[in-house]
Amino acid sequence: MKKLFLIGFKDVKLIFRDRAALTFMLLAPFLLTLGMGFVTGQLGGGSSSGISQIQVLVVNQDDGQLGEALVEVLQSEDLSDLLLSTLVTDPETARTQVDADQAAAAVIIPTGFTDSVIPADGQIPSGDAAQIEVYKNPTTPVSAGVVLAIVEEFISRVETGRVGGEVIVTQLLAAGLITPEQINMIAMELGQRQANLVEEDPAIRLDSAESGQEAQDFNPMAYMAPGLALMFLMFTVSNGGRSILAERALGTLPRLFISPTNSAQVLIGKIFGVYITGVAQMLILILASSLIFGIQWGDPLGVLLLILFAVFGATGWGMLITALARTPGQVSNIGTAIMLTFGILGGSFFPISAMPDWFTWISKITPNAWGLDGFSILALGGSLFDLSAPIIGLLAMGIILFVVSMLFFRRHSLVQK
Amino acid sequence: MERNPGCGNALTLIYTSLEEESMPPILEVKELVKKYGDFTAVKGISFDIQEGEIFSLLGPNGAGKTTTISMLSTLYVPTAGEATIGGHSVTKEPMAVRKVIGVVPQDLALYEDLTARENLVFWGQMYGLSGKDLNTRIDEVLEQIGLTDRAKERVKAYSGGMKRRVNIGVGLLHKPRLLFMDEPTVGIDPQSRRSILDSVKDLNKQGMTVLYTTHYMEEAQELSDRVGIIDHGELIALGTQAELTRQVGENETLILHIGEDEDSEALAKSLKGIPGVLQATATLANHQGQVDHEVSVIAREAEEILAPVVTKANERGIKIHSVDISEPNLEAVFLHLTGRALRD
Repeated sequence: MKKLFLIGFKDVKLIFRDRAALTFMLLAPFLLTLGMGFVTGQLGGGSSSGISQIQVLVVNQDDGQLGEALVEVLQSEDLSDLLLSTLVTDPETARTQVDADQAAAAVIIPTGFTDSVIPADGQIPSGDAAQIEVYKNPTTPVSAGVVLAIVEEFISRVETGRVGGEVIVTQLLAAGLITPEQINMIAMELGQRQANLVEEDPAIRLDSAESGQEAQDFNPMAYMAPGLALMFLMFTVSNGGRSILAERALGTLPRLFISPTNSAQVLIGKIFGVYITGVAQMLILILASSLIFGIQWGDPLGVLLLILFAVFGATGWGMLITALARTPGQVSNIGTAIMLTFGILGGSFFPISAMPDWFTWISKITPNAWGLDGFSILALGGSLFDLSAPIIGLLAMGIILFVVSMLFFRRHSLVQK
Repeated sequence: MERNPGCGNALTLIYTSLEEESMPPILEVKELVKKYGDFTAVKGISFDIQEGEIFSLLGPNGAGKTTTISMLSTLYVPTAGEATIGGHSVTKEPMAVRKVIGVVPQDLALYEDLTARENLVFWGQMYGLSGKDLNTRIDEVLEQIGLTDRAKERVKAYSGGMKRRVNIGVGLLHKPRLLFMDEPTVGIDPQSRRSILDSVKDLNKQGMTVLYTTHYMEEAQELSDRVGIIDHGELIALGTQAELTRQVGENETLILHIGEDEDSEALAKSLKGIPGVLQATATLANHQGQVDHEVSVIAREAEEILAPVVTKANERGIKIHSVDISEPNLEAVFLHLTGRALRD
């Protein structure tokens, strides 16, 4: 076990002495984040409050409590720095203005939205809630993505309340505690409570009630920085995999195999080195971006946990590339291609939420997408407990890739001939 | 080129006084074979090494020396045969074998971005050394390889010879009973080569057993208690130097250095008719990157045949640049057994 750590830490020492690798691991993502900060106006004289005053057009055709609640969320004091919401009466006018680049998105609340969730006649709802439309401006994907995220969170909370209400009414009816005539009254009361809950607890809370933190702006740098850090994490893991084959060519790997160290210890030690290097890279980038760009990453424990799992998933990819390649050069070439592909697929350059559903599905093969999901959750005030989906996704990805890699490693023995 | 009839593939067994000693050998190799698909790199070689001995495997490049060392050091699994080191089977007890042996690989196997000391620390830890024992041992090894003053420099800043010395130092750290040295002097300057050869002799004086592979006849002659000559994966001769050179009797070797445009094959053929000439072979010798065209002639008395040899060369219009006469040596043995020069 001790040798495993010795091999891993030796590799970390070597990588941190390699100037070319350090340039790619740390300097490149940092400079790109800096550049994108300037481009988006977050740095160099732009607004000091991140992406702010996103122009949103709100069309409320619903005359119920929930439509009103969503309007209030979008116009709330909490989001006033982030969103500049304007009420519009006609959906077509709103879409035209978005097409004319006069707004980042239009939120169109359809007629009967509240009734589809809380039936006015006291009947059990059919289950088909009316659809809220977010009409996005493709030229402002980050801003449109922010609006979409806010509306999605609102819908999620409403949906939770609706399903809960259905269950309560059905159970009360079945138990004979209420009569069919009382359904209307109970449903109205539950609906009112749900609307009040949504208003009291806005969908996107920039001041987390749970943590008691003060309100913070959503800074898109908090999206760009992890996106680029995750993209260059793929470089680190493929470079680490390359070092396994490079050591074979240099003769140090065979020398390790003829020392009193078993093969599994050697291989796991090498993988451990790649993993620790990736974790160190992410920690350095996150710390640097916090100090220099003022990015608020969110719950520190959540950030740490997410890093550990994101690097695990990414290392799995690094090992698969290494197991499939024959030479260090092949690992570098495949690794670079995958780094860029995953960067695009995983949302390092633009939010996946602005893309079609099929794209979102494909993006799930990348640690970038899962990692970015997690970092966005944390940046928007989420806690450790909100990270279950990304963490499970990254864990499953890592396990599957490691198992497959080991099968290939066994087939293409590294040294034993 | 064809093998010398009568000597070709047959292993010449010569019993030595060392083999008659009662101590069990530290290394025993029996019918070891290594195949890669249809190609057989090592063809059933057998030999043993006694504790305290320097044993050289002498043979040209591609003879099977490194493959043999790789099997004995547990890196490659033999296709057939068996070997035991310190009583442990290389196939069944590889971990026990690894504790007994030290290996100095032919190619440098070091981390060039680490210092010499950091390399020694890492490799020492891989052999289970730690703490004070490790530091003491590293100081001793650095002293031994003459790099104490430059131990804190990164290996990549070292000369080729210094890197070779660190490469050797790594193999010595855990004080192995048996040290494998695979062509440790390839590609280095004469001074470093001298230093390495002296180190091998010193280590042996301190009680370390050494298996040394080389294609330099001079190194095998200088270092070895016994020599195994290996060619095309077969051990074609085995014994002390005296026993091996006895095979070519009292014969001497005459080496004619000729121009690269000359027809050395034709000259060698014509020389075979001269009375007193036992064998004549055209060879290409690589002297530190420069290829020399030579004709090696084995004769009972080199001086007696010198005049007719020169005459034959003149008749063919071949200009002889220089002539060397050597006493019976391992080069002559190899030539005698294979019909080829060791340096081919």
